[in-house]
Amino acid sequence: MSRFSLLNKNFSHHGGAVSSRPSIELRAVSKRFGTQSILRDITLEVHQGETLALIGESGCGKSVTLKLIMGLLDPTDGEVLWDGRSLKGRKEQELTRERLRFGYLFQGAALFDSLSVFENVAFGLQQNTRVPKDQVRKIVFERLHEVGLPASVCDKKPAELSGGMKKRVGLARALALTPEIVLYDEPTTGLDPIMSDVINGLILQTHARRPVTSIVVTHDMTTVRKVADRVVMLYPLSRLSEGESQVVFNGTAKQAFASFDPRISQFVHGQAGERMQELAVG
Amino acid sequence: MATMLISDLHDTWIHRIGRRMTCFIIVMGDLALFSIQMLGWMFRRWPCRSVLIPNMYQIGVRSLPVVMVTGVFIGMVLAVQGYDQFRLMRMETRLGAVINVSLVKELGPVLAATMLAGRVGSAMAAELGTMRVTEQIDALRALGASPIQYLVVPRFLACFLLIPMLTAVADGMGILGGWFLSTQVLGIKSFHYWFNAIDYVAAYDVISGVLKSIFFGAAIALIACHRGFHCGAGAEGVGRAATEAFVFSFVAILIIDFFLGMFLTTLYYVLWPAPVTIL
Repeated sequence: MSRFSLLNKNFSHHGGAVSSRPSIELRAVSKRFGTQSILRDITLEVHQGETLALIGESGCGKSVTLKLIMGLLDPTDGEVLWDGRSLKGRKEQELTRERLRFGYLFQGAALFDSLSVFENVAFGLQQNTRVPKDQVRKIVFERLHEVGLPASVCDKKPAELSGGMKKRVGLARALALTPEIVLYDEPTTGLDPIMSDVINGLILQTHARRPVTSIVVTHDMTTVRKVADRVVMLYPLSRLSEGESQVVFNGTAKQAFASFDPRISQFVHGQAGERMQELAVG
Repeated sequence: MATMLISDLHDTWIHRIGRRMTCFIIVMGDLALFSIQMLGWMFRRWPCRSVLIPNMYQIGVRSLPVVMVTGVFIGMVLAVQGYDQFRLMRMETRLGAVINVSLVKELGPVLAATMLAGRVGSAMAAELGTMRVTEQIDALRALGASPIQYLVVPRFLACFLLIPMLTAVADGMGILGGWFLSTQVLGIKSFHYWFNAIDYVAAYDVISGVLKSIFFGAAIALIACHRGFHCGAGAEGVGRAATEAFVFSFVAILIIDFFLGMFLTTLYYVLWPAPVTIL
């Protein structure tokens, strides 16, 4: 590690090194689907080695933000940058190659139904590398072991797995190519508290094992408390007036929980407040 | 007197037709780009055997029973419907010629393609649509694979390569069905049936039927995969994609059949001009 990079690094509260250099940047990004506006003028930086939690009400555009970051969607306005380089105008083939730096845990795990667990985890390796078969086998077993799954699940199809197991296989698949950046889309949604804790532990373990940058989209405040170095809260566009920023909070988890802004405190403490009346009226 | 609002001016029948036409042009343009991308991937990276063979099995082998049954019954129906007309003219021995020419040139390819669109096209659209809805297509891209290369190219190749064989099977079964009913039930002598039938079916008829089927197979695969890739959200979206895949494929089959039929007939007369006769 160069002296420069050492000087540029802080340390996250999980012990990993956080660089001041943004790994991912969103510059005035907006996204519309047809006439429906999802994101407006989002500016965000994610630094190397940090774990950022992206929170907000359902439908405020968190998952869309994650897909924009991954380059799976193109922004309507603004630009997304990886290591200071814009994705605008880059060829799909180049993006496909660079996407291998990312691991993505999808909300429903998005395991390929027609493939076995082994084939799912090995997919990225088999598609993009010339690693020999026995080495692929070794890596798959290692990743499954890391996420606490026995080798006996290898021959099973995703339909035979429970929700928690699917999430863990999804995580093993996301980590198979040893990514530098891991994106987690609601990793604990739909899981019981114990399995949620297991997944949170795995996120922390991944961070401890290798220097990864992580973005966690979540509604789960326990996850935020446990894994996040920084919290960004998005607010639904439908509830904002013209000119207001959609990013209503950008700080540490501690600051988020101590905030007096009703939009933030109601969300992090799970209190509906006047939203209850609004929804009842609706 | 009713007042007309400015917004009403934008919702006349002309506007609605305009919107539909615009939408149609956009979909056709998108389908064309999708096809070009698919062709690009097909020549850049051939799908591996482990992906291609299961698709060929699903599309080709598992379609055989339905294609065979359809072929046999169409042959028999043609015999039943044609027999009375031919008997009136005392030409029932020529029934085989009509059945075989109709099957080889038109009904065999069109029915095999229709069966393929119904059995395979809608299944492909539903499968790819479900993959889209459950983010599996995004997962493929996230894992460095091209969804078009991994999902569309093998399905296209399987349809494109196997539909001529399915057509040949449909033709063969139809010919057998027609022969069986004509000779075993309607009492036409087998020798006379084949004697006339062979005279009327030329190699060009067989080739033109098979050639048409290749275009049908390509259209079915492209339309079904395109609908699957552009499937709407939820179970309703998947269902709609499956229905659209069949309906659009069927319409495409008929349109292609008409234009190819015209083209191939013209080509025949260009290659083998009819002798000029003076009465």
